[in-house]
Amino acid sequence: MSTPSVNMPGVTMPAGDIGWDLPARGTVAMYCLIAAETAIFAIFVVAYIFYIGKSTSGPQPKDVLKLPVFNTICLLSSSLTIHFAVAQQRRGNLRSFALLWFLTFALGAIFLGGTALEWRHLIQDEGLTIQTNLFGTTYYSLVGLHAFHVMAGLLALGAVSIFSLLGYVKQEHFERTEVLSLYWHFVDAVWVVVFTVVYIIGR
Amino acid sequence: MASESIAWPAPEAASRPLVDALHQWVATVDHKRLGILYIVYALFFLVIGGVEALVMRIQLIRPQNDFVSPEVFNRMFTMHGTTMIFFVAMPIMFGFANYLVPLMIGARDMAFPRLNAFAFWMTAFGGLLLYYSFVGGDGLYGAGSAPDVGWFAYAPLTSRTFSPGHSTDFWTLSLLISGIGSIGTAINIIATIVCLRCPGMDLGKMPLLVWLNLVMAGLVILAVSPLTAAQIMLLIDRYLGAHFFDTQAGGSAVIWMHFFWVFGHPEVYVLVIPAFGFASEIIPVFSRKAIFGYPVMVAATICIAFIGMSVWAHHMFTVGLGSGANTFFVLATMAIAVPTGIKIFNWLATMWGGHIHFEAPMLFCVAFLFQFLIAGLTGVMLSVAPFNWQLGNSYFVVAHFHYVIVGGILFTLFGAYYYWFPKMSGRMYNGPLAKLHFWLFLIGFHLTFDFMHVPGLLGMPRRIYTYEPGRGWDIWNLIVSIGVVFQAVGILVFVGNLLWSLVRGKLAGSDPWDAWTLEWSTNSPPPAYNFAAIPDVKSRRPLWDLKHPEDPDWRYE
Repeated sequence: MSTPSVNMPGVTMPAGDIGWDLPARGTVAMYCLIAAETAIFAIFVVAYIFYIGKSTSGPQPKDVLKLPVFNTICLLSSSLTIHFAVAQQRRGNLRSFALLWFLTFALGAIFLGGTALEWRHLIQDEGLTIQTNLFGTTYYSLVGLHAFHVMAGLLALGAVSIFSLLGYVKQEHFERTEVLSLYWHFVDAVWVVVFTVVYIIGR
Repeated sequence: MASESIAWPAPEAASRPLVDALHQWVATVDHKRLGILYIVYALFFLVIGGVEALVMRIQLIRPQNDFVSPEVFNRMFTMHGTTMIFFVAMPIMFGFANYLVPLMIGARDMAFPRLNAFAFWMTAFGGLLLYYSFVGGDGLYGAGSAPDVGWFAYAPLTSRTFSPGHSTDFWTLSLLISGIGSIGTAINIIATIVCLRCPGMDLGKMPLLVWLNLVMAGLVILAVSPLTAAQIMLLIDRYLGAHFFDTQAGGSAVIWMHFFWVFGHPEVYVLVIPAFGFASEIIPVFSRKAIFGYPVMVAATICIAFIGMSVWAHHMFTVGLGSGANTFFVLATMAIAVPTGIKIFNWLATMWGGHIHFEAPMLFCVAFLFQFLIAGLTGVMLSVAPFNWQLGNSYFVVAHFHYVIVGGILFTLFGAYYYWFPKMSGRMYNGPLAKLHFWLFLIGFHLTFDFMHVPGLLGMPRRIYTYEPGRGWDIWNLIVSIGVVFQAVGILVFVGNLLWSLVRGKLAGSDPWDAWTLEWSTNSPPPAYNFAAIPDVKSRRPLWDLKHPEDPDWRYE
């Protein structure tokens, strides 16, 4: 879909016909999905904030949580790399696109690995599980919901990476990777909220 | 009404083997077929949910009746509520949106046909899963089959302690799954309306039904998602032993109420806004006048959706929210009556001075206007917190919201069904039978739900499986139950008419109502591609322009 036209299967409209240009359906649908996901996260964030300090037993957040600074830097910079990746693809530099896209995938994977290590520490060393107290319940649910979205994003990023290695990703596909990058930006933005709520306000 | 003679092809002969035809329906991604699947699916569950209501009304017809046990009664009201909202009202609205939106905006399909099919089958699977609980709910525990926690499933009733076994798991999983389908459909509707309108149809020229479905889809995205989140929390509580709604570990039962009603109240508008859409299409056509105050209708709809997001806690006045929150939710709830009133006046102004044809669709819409007004008035009564403290959880509340859902939404749905049946099937329904259906249902509705207010005022709580004689409730419950018989016979006439008309109905032609929106410009039923040539639109009533080239609408808009 390289031309900004109503270019649906079945609908054959000449490109740029009489100036009747409507938004691309992928972008609109992704914004709608982001709105729906935002509402889901909002409920989990409300629950988290509502239950801050309401745990009837330990451990408490201030005893066990450390700021995941490295993780956060990785995830947030992956927003930059995916942005530049799509920009390179738009210009037709497919090699730089592939490189930046892999980098995005790697940064996301590092983030997920970091979360795994953090959870291992909390479960094994601190004895905090989802059953322990309200902090455990809300912490694992909120951070886990976010990690689940990172995983979904990584699957999609990985699929595009494989297509890219096989040489299927062309310049004209930039509108599609752009839609995926919207999702990835959203996942990063949610992390900013989760980080603020869990590691700053909640501690 | 004289219709222009537009050539229609002979209905397709049933030459294919049955398996082939079934396969085509199961594997279809055509928005019209999926729309019909949604509608048929919803009508099927309407009958099931109706039978459940019938069981409850037989149980309550006289004091100390023992037609069903208390356990079965609990299951009946839970399944009735859940079924009617999630597997009747929502799917049927999605079905009409699916069928009509692409046709009305001059598109050849929805934006994402495969997502569309996926969403339908998710919804369908959700409904089947819910009803499988009657078979599989007992499981290893033998702790009761179908869900019995009420359709809003308040904590801590849903915890493992109070709901052992799997009945509540069936409830929460089926709503989670059908919720994913609903969100998918909503995204699809928005993408279709935003991206696929035919040339010339800018936002101000869309039919009102399309506008209202756009707002409805937006509300679904903002309302069903919180429910999905709450269901995930409940699942985590039940399966992983977490404490979201576990009061013994410091959790809150009230926060479930908030999460549920943040979904639950906008849900009412999810259902009623498309119903407004039907009325806004049917009333002008049968009054032979363009809709009065189109821009105001759109603005009022958006206003309703906006305020509708901030009134949820009026379901919770009896919890004791504190005077600050109570005041806010009282005022917000009352405020919503203003844009709704604007709409009612606009429909009346559309009819005013019109040349009204009382065909079945119009009859249902006129009844809707009257009944929805009363439903709104009892709503304003219940929005007053002190009044609500008296009548919260009573039959007055049950009567109020059935007045909205049956008197408002179901009546327009029947109107919409009769209005678009010729388009969907290519055949006319039987007119006298449709009117018989209308009058039976109207009488039954008023017998049941007018008189249901009274035992509520006399203090009869909802969800009780029986009651003592001599409290003044007996005669009212008897009348209420008698009304159900009229409604049930009305539904039988409706189903009979549907089946008869499918086979024997007169061929309808493409435009039996001499209507003005694009769906009437193509054949009945429309071909798979909808329009041979993508239309070009200049006004809100493109077919009027086509039929009256000497006096087209676009001169005045």
